[in-house]
Amino acid sequence: MVRLPYVTALTTLFSYGLLFAFGQLRDFFRRILDARKPSNLKGYAPICLGLEDFYTRRLYLRIQDCFGRPITSAPDAWFDVVERYSNDCNKTLHRTTATTKCLNLGSYNYLGFAAADEYCTPRVIESLKKYSASTCSVRADGGNTKLHTELELLVATFVGKPAAILFGMGYVTNSAIIPALVGKGGLIISDSLNHNSIVNGARGSGATVRVFQHNNPAHLEEVLREQIAGGQPRTHRPWKKIIVIVEGIYSMEGELCKLPEVISVCKKYKAYTYLDEAHSIGAIGKTGRGVCELLGVDPADVDIMMGTFTKSFGSCGGYIAASNEIIHHLKLTCPAHIYATSMSPPAVQQVISAIKVILGEDGTNRGAKKLAQIRENSNFFRLELQKMGFEVLGDNDSPVMPIMLYNPAKIPAFSRECLRQNVAVVTVAFPATPLLLARARICISASHSREDLIKGLEVISKVGDLVGIKYFPVEQEKTTAVEKLKKIQ
Amino acid sequence: MDMALPVVNATAAVLARVSAAFNAPLARAVVFGVHIDGHLVVEGLLIAVIVFQLSRKSYKPPKKPLTEKEIDELCDEWEPEPLCPPIKEGARIDTPMLESAAGPHTIVDGKEVVNFASANYLGLIGNEKIIDSCIGSLEKYGVGSCGPRGFYGTIDVHLDCESKIAKFLGTPDSILYSYGISTIFSVIPAFCKKGDIIVADEGVHWAVQNGLHLSRSTVVYFKHNDMASLASTLEKLTRGNKRAEKIRRYIVVESIYQNSGQIAPLDEIVKLKEKYRFRVILEESHSFGVLGKSGRGLAEHYGVPIEKIDIITAGMGNALATDGGFCTGSVRVVDHQRLSSSGYVFSASLPPYLASAAVSAVNYLEENPSVLANLRSNIALLHKELSDTPGLEITSHVLSPIVFLKLKKSTGSPTTDLDLLETIADKVLKEDSVFIVTSKKSNLDRCKLPIGIRLFVSAGHTESDISRLSSSLKRVSASVLSDY
Repeated sequence: MVRLPYVTALTTLFSYGLLFAFGQLRDFFRRILDARKPSNLKGYAPICLGLEDFYTRRLYLRIQDCFGRPITSAPDAWFDVVERYSNDCNKTLHRTTATTKCLNLGSYNYLGFAAADEYCTPRVIESLKKYSASTCSVRADGGNTKLHTELELLVATFVGKPAAILFGMGYVTNSAIIPALVGKGGLIISDSLNHNSIVNGARGSGATVRVFQHNNPAHLEEVLREQIAGGQPRTHRPWKKIIVIVEGIYSMEGELCKLPEVISVCKKYKAYTYLDEAHSIGAIGKTGRGVCELLGVDPADVDIMMGTFTKSFGSCGGYIAASNEIIHHLKLTCPAHIYATSMSPPAVQQVISAIKVILGEDGTNRGAKKLAQIRENSNFFRLELQKMGFEVLGDNDSPVMPIMLYNPAKIPAFSRECLRQNVAVVTVAFPATPLLLARARICISASHSREDLIKGLEVISKVGDLVGIKYFPVEQEKTTAVEKLKKIQ
Repeated sequence: MDMALPVVNATAAVLARVSAAFNAPLARAVVFGVHIDGHLVVEGLLIAVIVFQLSRKSYKPPKKPLTEKEIDELCDEWEPEPLCPPIKEGARIDTPMLESAAGPHTIVDGKEVVNFASANYLGLIGNEKIIDSCIGSLEKYGVGSCGPRGFYGTIDVHLDCESKIAKFLGTPDSILYSYGISTIFSVIPAFCKKGDIIVADEGVHWAVQNGLHLSRSTVVYFKHNDMASLASTLEKLTRGNKRAEKIRRYIVVESIYQNSGQIAPLDEIVKLKEKYRFRVILEESHSFGVLGKSGRGLAEHYGVPIEKIDIITAGMGNALATDGGFCTGSVRVVDHQRLSSSGYVFSASLPPYLASAAVSAVNYLEENPSVLANLRSNIALLHKELSDTPGLEITSHVLSPIVFLKLKKSTGSPTTDLDLLETIADKVLKEDSVFIVTSKKSNLDRCKLPIGIRLFVSAGHTESDISRLSSSLKRVSASVLSDY
């Protein structure tokens, strides 16, 4: 958990207050200037009224060049970022043809399958020639190919469940499955920092939603006891069913879920568990089987396991793995299976090949090497950052590491300065994180070599000194690996 | 009698003494000209007691929260429903497995069949140029884009695709989504919030219904494709409602309805929209690349200038033979979605090879507008040949590439209807090697339109394919529906 020192909180609040005041001043002058121009709305209500888009107009647009940077190559360890310029203070950005080669510390490329791979790409191209780019049909009609059936079996055995079902997009998987499983009269208890797709799915289902404190099994138990004893709101009838939704790795915190405790609480109170492994499948665990393997939880204890193929497998789409009855029920009722175009066949082939590489079925040990590499890289990077005095969140073994920035001015400063030194980082602010807790998020990949990581550390350290985000004291007694390597060289 | 007198005497004596005490001046004190008599003491005491009682809290029965033991008991007693209902016998979940590309001819379960189940309207599946551009993309960019659009997931092919589509349609800008159905259910909540008014057709498909539900606005449905019903609904909502000027109002329609094959009359909708000041959200998944002289969609078909339609969304999984979706409109409309549309901001971007396939597909359509004439002649031929099918009737529009057949006489229960239609489809596949499908419904879908057989016509079908389908369908429906 993040502990915000008072001084930092005050200075951050002061900065936001200043930005807000300036924004209001600008709005005031804009209203005066626009009062003279005729309105082109002609009786229609405006798309955004009043302060609805204040944050977008006055805070986000000023630093718009830190987000949405286009690239012109594969999102591998090094990639080409397109340079952009603006003529009107970042309101509109224009592309140039110039590119800079940067170190990629922002893409979700945990196992390095993002670029063309020697085993996967030839097979993907073959399947593209055979099945073409799309089936143009829903899975329940004519969109079911041999590849889809093969991948479902493969995913089920990989994850350790009896059956699985595929969808073409990870976001839609959550939004369309949760309404099919629980409806009115049911209760969904979700972690307070769950992803937007889970929140949308929970809202779309019509069930009551309650939130428990992030990663706190004791509070989950309290909420469960209170809710089961109280029953449905107003009528106090007993709940039809209760589902607890947690994630494997929380993408903005880098923390692992406290899965064994959560499972034992849910078993005690007969609630069902839904585990979203979007970031953890393929990236953690000795053989890449996710957070269950890492924490020693039997997959049979989790009722529904969901994951996506975008992060570790370098493809697109999502899956649900559960018992045969649940998958049968979902195939009959889930709207994403009945109404949505089936997953593109080359993307399916990419996942099949990636899983085969991870399991070692391609005849080499590249998979095991990649898994060991990402674990080593993550732990090395995190340790070095902590030694340098940065405030880094997240657990060991997790490839996602947020570095706290807090102050809104430091967000563009950090991002632009790093880009100038050819390191591409991702900075996140409100509304994806709480207002005062802006951060830079590093995603480590198995395709980063040791030299890449050391270069990244050097640049981040220099920029961190410039910007002033080394909130913790630097460890002086042990020399860092950077200096050690410099001595050897 | 003997006892009574002394008792009466004693009581009288006590009373006399008490009244004397009451009326006796107390210590001969005079305060402000008032003699302090004994009764004043009693009255003072009474007032003190009254004030004391008033100042105490009113009596409430004590609240007894549940004790830990009671909560334990309740938790032990509670039995949840099973997570999913038990497997029903006879429920069909196995779909035919394709072993080659889903073009006009495909291989299903080892046999070569004529394929009327893929929405491959322009016949672009298997097109050499598109496959070559995809291969180039795959070798350059890999398969996935590994990030959302805000965090290095924006690849130059996405930007090229957005500007190509905008130029093709004649709008200022467009925005790409990574999945067909997520387009509409992200666009609607981005523009419609709690308190807004939406008027929607009752035949819209599940993704639109989900978007309407997530937007938390007031939704009013009008009769399917009935302009009189739409006009009266709009009139009712705006008449006398002074506040209606300040809230945002939208009409949501599809160009070609997936659930029935009807085409929305856009010219009348635009007239109504301008009269009542509503914005139009048009879902063009099945008409983009199909309707209009050059395939630019419903607006071109009706000759309506594209600026009059506020928001157009479409999935690219149909005519363009790729995946993903786009939304287009004015600059304000598109820019607003880049930060507030959840399916755009919180999801990984479209794989780059699908974006380059979309660009090639639009290029192909621009260079070969004759493919639309092929498609239209195929649809017309199919309508002519199927017009006398025993037991089934065509309910879709003559220009719609989705040809919708429903039972002339329904058996009364939707499950038996579905069984009959599925039997017809199975027999057609097994006996005559023609692959057709029924329209399937999820139990979360609240659309009440009847189900039927949906035929997806492609420009790649030949006349012999169509005659094979019609003769097979006539034969099988005659045998299956002969008892009904």
